[in-house]
Amino acid sequence: MLPKAKLWLGLVVAAFTLFSTNLQAAWELNMTQGVTQISRDTYDLHMQILWWCVAIGVVVFGVMLWSIINHRKSKGAVSATFHESTKVEIIWTVIPFVILILMAIPATRVLTEAYDSSESEIDIQVIGYQWRWEYKYMREDANDEEVSFFSVMSTSREEISNDLPKQEHYLLDVDNPLVIPINKKVRFLVTANDVIHAWWVPAFAVKKDAIPGFINEAWTIVEEPGVYRGQCAELCGLDHGFMPIVVHAVEQEEYEAWYAQKQEAARVTREMANNVVTMDESMANGADIYNRNCVACHQAAGTGLPPAFPALAGSDVVNGDLRANIDLLINGVPGTAMAAYGRQLNPIELAAVVTYIRNSFGNTTGDLVQPADVNTILQEAQ
Amino acid sequence: MKSENPRSSTKRLVTKLLFAVVGMFAFGFALVPLYDVICDITGLNGKTSGRYSMAADSEPVPVSEREITVQFMAQNSAGMEWVFGPNEAQVKVHPGEVKVVSYRAKNPNDYVMTGQAIPSVAPNEAAQYLKKLECFCFAEQELQPGEEVNMAIRFFVDENIPEKITKLTLSYSLHDITDYEVAVEGIAAR
Amino acid sequence: MSAAHDDHHHGPAKGISRWLFTTNHKDIGSLYLWFSFAMFLLGGTFAMVIRAELFQPGLQLVDPNFFNQMTTMHGLIMVFGAVMPAFVGLANWMIPMMIGAPDMALPRMNNWSFWILPFAFAMLSATLFMEAGAPNFGWTFYAPLSTTYAPETVTFFIFAVHIMGASSIMGSINIIATILNMRAPGMTLMKMPLFVWTWLITAYLLIAVMPVLAGVVTMMLFDIHFGTSFFNAAGGGDPVLFQHVFWFFGHPEVYIMILPAFGIVSAIIPTFARKRLFGYDSMVYATASIAFLSFIVWAHHMFTVGMPIAGELFFMYATMLIAVPTGVKVFNWVATMFRGSMTFETPMLFAIAFVVLFTMGGFTGLMLAITPADFQYHDTYFVVAHFHYVLVPGAVFSIMAAVYYWLPKWTGYMYDETLGKLHFWLSFIGVNILFFPQHFLGLAGMPRRIPDYALQFADFNWISSVGGFLFGASQLILLVVVIKCVKGGKKATAQVWEGAQGLEWTVDSPAPYHTFATPPDPKLIHAQ
Repeated sequence: MLPKAKLWLGLVVAAFTLFSTNLQAAWELNMTQGVTQISRDTYDLHMQILWWCVAIGVVVFGVMLWSIINHRKSKGAVSATFHESTKVEIIWTVIPFVILILMAIPATRVLTEAYDSSESEIDIQVIGYQWRWEYKYMREDANDEEVSFFSVMSTSREEISNDLPKQEHYLLDVDNPLVIPINKKVRFLVTANDVIHAWWVPAFAVKKDAIPGFINEAWTIVEEPGVYRGQCAELCGLDHGFMPIVVHAVEQEEYEAWYAQKQEAARVTREMANNVVTMDESMANGADIYNRNCVACHQAAGTGLPPAFPALAGSDVVNGDLRANIDLLINGVPGTAMAAYGRQLNPIELAAVVTYIRNSFGNTTGDLVQPADVNTILQEAQ
Repeated sequence: MKSENPRSSTKRLVTKLLFAVVGMFAFGFALVPLYDVICDITGLNGKTSGRYSMAADSEPVPVSEREITVQFMAQNSAGMEWVFGPNEAQVKVHPGEVKVVSYRAKNPNDYVMTGQAIPSVAPNEAAQYLKKLECFCFAEQELQPGEEVNMAIRFFVDENIPEKITKLTLSYSLHDITDYEVAVEGIAAR
Repeated sequence: MSAAHDDHHHGPAKGISRWLFTTNHKDIGSLYLWFSFAMFLLGGTFAMVIRAELFQPGLQLVDPNFFNQMTTMHGLIMVFGAVMPAFVGLANWMIPMMIGAPDMALPRMNNWSFWILPFAFAMLSATLFMEAGAPNFGWTFYAPLSTTYAPETVTFFIFAVHIMGASSIMGSINIIATILNMRAPGMTLMKMPLFVWTWLITAYLLIAVMPVLAGVVTMMLFDIHFGTSFFNAAGGGDPVLFQHVFWFFGHPEVYIMILPAFGIVSAIIPTFARKRLFGYDSMVYATASIAFLSFIVWAHHMFTVGMPIAGELFFMYATMLIAVPTGVKVFNWVATMFRGSMTFETPMLFAIAFVVLFTMGGFTGLMLAITPADFQYHDTYFVVAHFHYVLVPGAVFSIMAAVYYWLPKWTGYMYDETLGKLHFWLSFIGVNILFFPQHFLGLAGMPRRIPDYALQFADFNWISSVGGFLFGASQLILLVVVIKCVKGGKKATAQVWEGAQGLEWTVDSPAPYHTFATPPDPKLIHAQ
């Protein structure tokens, strides 16, 4: 018997070691306390209700267990005949009711706090797309350079397909994180471009649905600098699991420096669009952009997932007229999943990705697209 | 225990239940206008009401020194290719004071397109206090190929707006409602 | 179910026509139960695919699109194909026998309401083999993902839902008519077994909300094919409206899947405690209160859509109130066991597990009702754990308890108690390994409906998957038990269980093809 038990124990341990893909993975059991007043209040509320439930459970299941142990026929128990008591029914209606009132009071208080979005210092527009987030910082003056960017998961498709080892922040890393200052009230104006998404950062206790056509409000005051990660929380189609949220909360000075640098970058991008790129640069850059933006639908080998997502390998568009190809990328295809990338990528990126797809997956057009060409087309459109 | 003929009483019961079924089916549809009414009253979802009409001789006037910031926001819905945005990022208004601001829109394509802007206000409870006298969102917008327009909104903030609201955001999402069966030649040109 | 007993007028027809054209409530009950078991295995297979994919981080078996199809189909098939038809099957078998009626009030409609079901599910399942794939927008099918962005098979989904709805509505009308018009003399409303009471209330809920579901899918159909804009912001519609209408149906639907379970457990616990049910009247009132409250709590599924605070508070308070009548029920069951003379045959084991594990699902339900906390729980695995606790060891365990409890009455033979207990213990252990760690996953921040997850969720996911495989495999034992029991075994007496009370135990085992052609002796009808 004993060796057998040992064998089983060994198997269980072996199973744990085998499947614990990440040994430092915390056995996180509970809700995060987070880094805001609201998130701590929420945590406290959660624990308070939990302990009420545990206490009620102990009493009710305790009585039940005691009956199961003592009032069994095999022990010679004879059943009693009582079967109703209005007094008892009233007691166990009133007591839970009182407990509920005790729960509702703090819940109402926390909810009222969480709903007070007034007096915000920074307002950020958060727009959900299939399957990326766009952040736009609200300006005071429409003539200021606008800081707005897309935030796309940066975990590589090879990690997801198990062809590369998974990195620490697997599925929870993005190319451009949202940056906010600490100790400032930041208001998020959440909406969506296509279907419903939900913007969720557990450490802030902020979860708000992003609904096309409507804006929702949420806010936070982060108290500790750090990197906070979240995910889309509303099923939004194919890559719902792959649109993480990363927020860098930084000191005010650092935020201002970052903001100024972003404004500068926006200016530079416009100017840089006139630069001349080489084939090698373009292909490398293009592959990178493709893997972040296109691969979900068109697949790593350009095979697509027909019929919804057409193949690029051997495609008539990709091997056909260059201008038509660029136009399609800029404008998308209405009524399909093909988005209008003219608004999401800059001219350099657009040029690179067109060069890439026209010279990959067996496509051999030899076309090298210059950012300036794309910029011209974009300018024509504006 | 039934004194009457059970067959006929069953028939009557079934008829009543079938009426209930039909009634609940209709109720499902009745929820649609009912929901709009509730939204209108409560500002649920940040829906603004339609055109605010007032007596001809009673142009609203600033009634308070309070200053409220109104922010303007825009976004295109999926597939909408127009260039669209506010000309002013934000304005400060006194309750009751009529302001005019504008959005610009441009049709970049070589075919005629129709757009519809849908307003939404945050915080939601402020929606009912934002009164629009004139708005491009009251009508569909048709733009010729390459046409660019400025589109106005005339509005004021109702004096009854709760004290704690000092800032509100008016957002427009722009939707492409072009009838593509008509515009099919334009599409083919792409 | 054996065709042997022909004591009364005439026996069942022979061959396939017996089942196709039957108007006998027992035959139709059996058809419903077998159908629901088949759907349980199909929906369970989809669940196995989901758990297998989630066994380890990374995508191993399926692509995200197929994963979404699996979660959607699993939900739809389990809710509409497994749980609801199983309860209708039990109602068909037991309600006429419990109230001393010869059959259902509308036997021909009864046949029809069953036989349209296989077509609905065949149509729904066929979409898996179509080029565009099965519905992939979740069983809650939120617009516009299910309208503008849906695969074209959504139309098959809509028609399948229409047919399922029609079947449920016909079934409910039949049940109400039977209960109200066909009771034996002496069977007053307040003497009806609780299973009959809970089904009467459930049937009214179904009549109230299934047409609303039909309405919402009809609106979808119009949006998709006829250019209306119920849920499309561009045309003045509102995607949030969809959620309001859906959950106006959806929340009562949740109680449709649990009220009959309350009835079953209220029958089984007194039998094996050999003691009358404690607080029969309060049980009836509690059931009615829960049904009433179910109509005014729907928006607690939508706390994050951005409702005004007054709305959030109203729905929070209303939802918390449900804990009161639900608590009364649990306390009554415990009081029934208290100072009883208990034995622990398989039905009792399932019933006790129901009380404990359903109550745990109730506790997490109370936690989810707390709006600010729900902002953290919403759409995470905490919610998945919550509703699986109330639906699997809740609704499904009660169905299994009912099958073991009434199987001797249906077949005339005792089932294999050893296998039954094995089935119970493996299910009980499996279901807890499967769903308990999901609480932790949700609290730690894992969203639901994702095909792949961050590394910190890896450990609890594989544990959950192991539990899932154990639970899934154990259900085959039930199939073996039922087949063995149909074929033979120890002869069952009419009474079957020592402590059993009620008219169904006054007829022979197996129950004759026709029962109570003449009403039972009123002296046999006791207070519950």
